[in-house]
Amino acid sequence: MKAMTKRKQRKVNRREDFVTSMLLLLPYLLLFSLFIAIPVLVAIGLSFTYFDVINTPVFTGVSNYISLMTQDEIFLKYIIPNTFKYALIVGPGGCILSFLLAWLVTQIQAVPRTVLTLCLYLPSMVGTLMIQVVWKTIFSGDQRGILNAFLISHGWIEVPVNWLLSPDYLLTVMIIVALWQAMGIGFLAMIAGILNVNEELYEAAYVDGMKNRFQEVLYITIPSMKPQMMFAAVMAIVNAFNTGWIGPALAGTNPTPAYSGNLILNHIEDYAFSRYEMGYAAAVSVVLLLMIAFFSKVAGKLFSEKG
Amino acid sequence: MAKSKLKGKRVDPKHFSRDQIKFYCILIPAAILMVLPVVYMFNEAFKPLGELYAFPPTLIVKDPTLNNFKNLFELSGTTGVPMTRYLLNSIFITVVTVVLNIYITVACAFVLSKKGQYKVTKWFFSVNQMALMFVQVAVAVPRYIIIVKLGMIDTWAAHIFPLIAMPIGIFLMKQFIDDVPDALLEAAYVDGAGNFTVIRKIIFPMTKPAVATVAILTFQSAWQATEASNNFITSDVMKTIYYYLNALQTNNAVAARGIVAAGTIILFIPNLIMFICMQSRVMSTMSHSGIK
Repeated sequence: MKAMTKRKQRKVNRREDFVTSMLLLLPYLLLFSLFIAIPVLVAIGLSFTYFDVINTPVFTGVSNYISLMTQDEIFLKYIIPNTFKYALIVGPGGCILSFLLAWLVTQIQAVPRTVLTLCLYLPSMVGTLMIQVVWKTIFSGDQRGILNAFLISHGWIEVPVNWLLSPDYLLTVMIIVALWQAMGIGFLAMIAGILNVNEELYEAAYVDGMKNRFQEVLYITIPSMKPQMMFAAVMAIVNAFNTGWIGPALAGTNPTPAYSGNLILNHIEDYAFSRYEMGYAAAVSVVLLLMIAFFSKVAGKLFSEKG
Repeated sequence: MAKSKLKGKRVDPKHFSRDQIKFYCILIPAAILMVLPVVYMFNEAFKPLGELYAFPPTLIVKDPTLNNFKNLFELSGTTGVPMTRYLLNSIFITVVTVVLNIYITVACAFVLSKKGQYKVTKWFFSVNQMALMFVQVAVAVPRYIIIVKLGMIDTWAAHIFPLIAMPIGIFLMKQFIDDVPDALLEAAYVDGAGNFTVIRKIIFPMTKPAVATVAILTFQSAWQATEASNNFITSDVMKTIYYYLNALQTNNAVAARGIVAAGTIILFIPNLIMFICMQSRVMSTMSHSGIK
């Protein structure tokens, strides 16, 4: 009899546990669905339609993708090469830079480490506004631009260079800015990861004949912090794509001169908010999401626990 | 043997040794390079008009003035909305977002971490982990459509709710809660505690570093958000200071240079102070951040 009630009690508890668990999950699940999951699905759906915001979307099959891949000259000639060049330098570059600096700060004592970490992390928290204002004045095209003034006063150039409006330099400036603020949350994760590596591993490896710090990093540090590396890599990739808005912001024009600073994000904005071709913009969005997923997959291959 | 032990201690050294000088030689210039633009911005905010447009441009302010800050606070938007209103909007949105997000994140992360027996939790965690890669600009259009369909255009909800869908917060919090021993929770359940009590009495006190980290990450994204003001809010009185300064910067770059500098500094300071106060907690959260 007693056992019966106990079992009953447990059953009630279990049901109650399930109900409250789902209740706790619900708010985030709802917001996540509304603002992340459903938008992605809607984007995928819209990408197969023609949609001008006013009329109902008309199903057009894969025609958006076909014109994107065959007829969109701007996309093929400028956007894709720019995006790849930018992402391939800023993604892995930002990741490597983060790791090197993270490794360096872990080789010194705690107090100076904290100060230097803060300095290195600073650019990633200044926000989009300060990034624009600061870098616009540094690379300003007239002689009052900081860089131009510096180069002129040293006699290295005679006429100010129009960094932000010249197709030759804009993308490079964007890459510099993106690398400047690449030491974000992934960088912090790497520091924590390096500090967490079991010290005995190093000792054991030295006993086994490891000779120098380079080997130490290669054979002990990196393998022991793969999960953090993976996290940092995903953050670096996302950060690289998120910073893509900066081209038109720096140049002050959209499209940028000869599309030199337009990345895939700007192309989405262009079609969505200037031309109101939402179906087409959605197709570009899907391509972007696939690109990010692809890069993350590559990072996963490099840093997965099994690898 | 003695040598190997010495080498093993090289990460996180407790004392200074000449060995470390070479690291400082790289780190200090790197740090200066990173900080210099920010230092320049600080000085810009205190420069009088003459110095702002001086040639050659100066890094350090010679004759500091508070005029830029004064002008900033006296400024009002094209429709006559005073700058302080935008500032208050931002503060309100940020505070509500941070507080709501902490509760929602802890609640959800607790279930994801400790209720593995329900299939939906495991599945949802991997979906959320995939969403770490989410770039919100990519789906600006569908987000806008959803906000319209929900009737949230021009409401505070349009500011706040999209910001709370923050996969990285859930991810970090869940990883941290994983380390709370199950035995502790079992003991509480045996004593008759329900999930809500467990969260309040055990999870919250034991995950303070992660709570602090989520708070600071939410703060950063809410404080500097422009998506809602750009796309979801039509009436001027409900827009944020960050949006306003952004608009000022793009439309009126020459005249507003000092004012924008002053504004960015004011917006940046809370960010900086929060991070400095919480950096040790953030670091201890980050050591749980690995993706397996």
